[in-house]
Amino acid sequence: MTTPTLSSFAAPRKGAQTPSGGLAGTDTFHIAGVELTSRFFLGTASYPSPQVLQQAIAASGAQVVTVGLKRQLAAGGGTQNDFFQLIRDSGARLLPNTAGCRSAREAITLSQMARELFGTNWIKLEVVGDEHTLQPDPFELVTAAAELVRDGFEVFPYCTDDLVSCQRLLDAGCRILMPWGAPIGSGQGLVNPYALRTLRARLPGVPLIVDAGIGSPADAVQAMELGYDAVLLNSAVAHARDPVQMARAFKLGIESGRLAYGAGIMAQQDMAVASTPVTGRPFIL
Amino acid sequence: MTTINITFNGEARQVPGGCTLAELLETSGQPAASFASAVNGEFVARDARAQTLLAEGDAVFTFQAITGG
Repeated sequence: MTTPTLSSFAAPRKGAQTPSGGLAGTDTFHIAGVELTSRFFLGTASYPSPQVLQQAIAASGAQVVTVGLKRQLAAGGGTQNDFFQLIRDSGARLLPNTAGCRSAREAITLSQMARELFGTNWIKLEVVGDEHTLQPDPFELVTAAAELVRDGFEVFPYCTDDLVSCQRLLDAGCRILMPWGAPIGSGQGLVNPYALRTLRARLPGVPLIVDAGIGSPADAVQAMELGYDAVLLNSAVAHARDPVQMARAFKLGIESGRLAYGAGIMAQQDMAVASTPVTGRPFIL
Repeated sequence: MTTINITFNGEARQVPGGCTLAELLETSGQPAASFASAVNGEFVARDARAQTLLAEGDAVFTFQAITGG
């Protein structure tokens, strides 16, 4: 007898692309009409130096990196030109965020600024509803997403793992969802795998990216084994003792998890099942 | 000549009446394409700065690219 387990949820979706070609990176997928071969979206904040950031992006193999906007000071100082030029030079596609926004109106204005400044209609939509957990506000998120989609944006909403609010975001025109694994920067991993499994099962055709809360490569492996299309993280790499090595560790973990998902993970059993075939009982005389 | 009171990135400023957003932003000395602008919380596109007249009490903010998560 088998009981429903993680593995039964993790079976590849019908029609899903099956990874192939080993770790050579031939596993491609599409986000907003763009073909990508890396399922690793990397944040660019909090690295010890521009050079480490540059090396970490290269080691990660990420083709999409997140960036932000900051209100300028009256004195006009505080630029991060060194960092930003290196990000541009990496050749990765930019995904600007609306970090720090507390209302739909703020997020819409910041999105419009980002589109002009970065020259992309992609936006990672963040609207925070709680100061302590930085939990996304589902109501403001839906309001902002609907207006931004109407205005031609490709909205990547950073959202909770709540199924119904995710469905409302899709109703608003989002084509991608980015549910949290845990609060931003907490490194707690996937605190509610049930909710993430439910999202995957109920939204089989929607690109899903676990965003925020990932702490170790094992968390990224778990997300990929659940059938998620990609992982977005920042702190777990930037705050590592060696960010460049950690970027590579996540790259391998994400590829491994995706391969495992495609290969089909065995069903868990309650009791032991002998793996060595034996005939009779040769050692009992 | 009349002047009007505005704020620019949180700092009180007096500018001549009829001053445009583009004229104000030129005083920052930054290349026009290196930042985005908003007046009273509403985005003002780069192309519209020269046609945007500032009014008494306007709050002007500029934003620059930074790293982000």
